[in-house]
Amino acid sequence: MSPLLSNAILLSLFLFSVAMILTLIRLFKGPSAQDRVLALDYLYIIAMLMMLTLGIRYASDTYFEAALLIALFGFVGSFALAKFLLRGEVIE
Amino acid sequence: MNAGLSLWVEIPVAILLVLGGLFALIGATGLLRMKDYFQRMHPPALASTLGAWCVALASIIYFSALKSTPVLHAWLIPILLAITVPVTTLLLARAALFRKRMAGDDVPAEVSSRRTENT
Repeated sequence: MSPLLSNAILLSLFLFSVAMILTLIRLFKGPSAQDRVLALDYLYIIAMLMMLTLGIRYASDTYFEAALLIALFGFVGSFALAKFLLRGEVIE
Repeated sequence: MNAGLSLWVEIPVAILLVLGGLFALIGATGLLRMKDYFQRMHPPALASTLGAWCVALASIIYFSALKSTPVLHAWLIPILLAITVPVTTLLLARAALFRKRMAGDDVPAEVSSRRTENT
């Protein structure tokens, strides 16, 4: 792997980390519960993109399966939390 | 490492990876800086569409060049995101609307209640 590609991978990993930190600030600060759920969903997406980038860095297929799993669990978690916010208070 | 990878493969992969990282950063900045919750729902879509497409395309190009055969399984990520993200976003928007109505904020009124009154 040439220095160009490894430096680009390092740069993109750095950008993903900064994005994660900004999202964490929103997660801790978020005024309402739905802000926190949105930030958590976004954290899942960034972590999945990070896994794909790591897969390119180490030229390994295993990271792709981890990214797929993270995407699935992120969807299920966000779905359940949004459903809870929708039904948690109302009596049906 | 693999020395057979030419520069013409590494340049697009590098550009796409950095673009993906930039889109994720822009989305996070928007998530942090927007004023309203319904405005804040928009920026994450930037990472789940454009960012995911960029990174998946970089992965496809890199692994196809590395194994000198088309390796297309990274398409699964954007396809999966295109199916799941709208569902989550729609449900979160409905939940936020419902909670804001319950809190008495200034949001559009419910449309379906009129239909239940008539019946």
